[in-house]
Amino acid sequence: MTLTVTDLSIARGGIPVLQGLGFDLRPGTALVVRGPNGIGKTTLLRTLAGLQPPLSGHITGAEDTIAYAGHSDGIKPTLTVTENLTFWASVFGTAEIRPALEAFELNDLATRHAGNLSAGQKRRLGLSRLLVTGRPIWVLDEPTVSLDVSAVAMFATAVRAHLSQGGCALIATHIDLGLDAAVLDVGPFRAKPRPVTDFDGDFL
Amino acid sequence: MIALLLRDLKLAFRAGGGFGLGLAFFLIVTVMVPFSVGPQSALLSTIAPGVLWLGALLACLLSLDRLLALDWEDGSLDLLATAPLPLEAVVTIKALAHWITTGLPLVLAAPVLGVLLNLPVAGFSWLVVSLLVGTPALSVIGTFGAALTVGLKRGGLLLSLLVLPLYVPTLIFGAEAARRGAVGMDTGTPMLMLAGITAATVALLPFASAAVLRVNLR
Repeated sequence: MTLTVTDLSIARGGIPVLQGLGFDLRPGTALVVRGPNGIGKTTLLRTLAGLQPPLSGHITGAEDTIAYAGHSDGIKPTLTVTENLTFWASVFGTAEIRPALEAFELNDLATRHAGNLSAGQKRRLGLSRLLVTGRPIWVLDEPTVSLDVSAVAMFATAVRAHLSQGGCALIATHIDLGLDAAVLDVGPFRAKPRPVTDFDGDFL
Repeated sequence: MIALLLRDLKLAFRAGGGFGLGLAFFLIVTVMVPFSVGPQSALLSTIAPGVLWLGALLACLLSLDRLLALDWEDGSLDLLATAPLPLEAVVTIKALAHWITTGLPLVLAAPVLGVLLNLPVAGFSWLVVSLLVGTPALSVIGTFGAALTVGLKRGGLLLSLLVLPLYVPTLIFGAEAARRGAVGMDTGTPMLMLAGITAATVALLPFASAAVLRVNLR
């Protein structure tokens, strides 16, 4: 499944942040999104995930194919690691959580309540959710926050395995994951700041 | 969908989930009414249906601000919005889970608390039936309010102000059905109106809730 973005303009809080953005994401490839703080990386990823509409432009191939991981992990502290993963697996209609637990070395923590995990362990649990979604396109926003070096390696391995199975990934990150990935610098696509004129129509 | 319902029920019963909070509030309010009114059993049995309905309504309100706010804070709501489940189904399941953990216990506890307020014997069955028919509407309307205020800091107070006026028709017809039942009058009209309100809110409001949630998630 190829994700194609053409002439995309996006806004945050009614102010356009990026305009004229276009790229292709083909199966088996990864794309790293770079750009200074506040340029609109998160807004871009949320738009691709369908959480907000674009101002203009087209996104094709995003319908029911994207597994999104944002700044928050969506973990319930009073459920155990297994219960958290099993829930997401059944929401996405997949059954097997064991590979996800193994990929992020969560087997020893499987029966622990997620509230008792460290920040890095929670992040690993949040990322392991991607494996149980069964979706081909991973859209990840700063996935390596609070991960240590070995956990970053685990994550890079998981992404490589996903790519080799024909999946693809769009990752906003500032660190080098050691992936064979193209870099998309969104800096040149910065929109001229101007208020959106038809705010009411857009709001409704 | 079943998975989401089971998760929400599990979360409600786990530590800090708030199960029983509404029930305890209902109990305390009902116990305090005789203290404030004084030992007048005739007056108490007159006002019992209305007080029990108001108590149930306020108890329902108590747990609404957690309904979507917790999922918003930990990012689950974003992830649910990108999941194969339509948001309309998510809010319906959330309302159902709220009713099972708040509304249903209130319905079951109401007859016991009716004794404390000297509710006439004829009124018990009608009180339970009217609450059983009316409380689903409270949960569904409350979910709509929670969707409107999700993401707002201190949204709980605003939620109460938004939701309480919307509860008025349910309260009027629910309390009226219970009152008529207690004094042996015909309950047909208020019960039909109450059932109509519940049916309409359950059918229509999930779409409105999902729509405002989509706007709030942007």
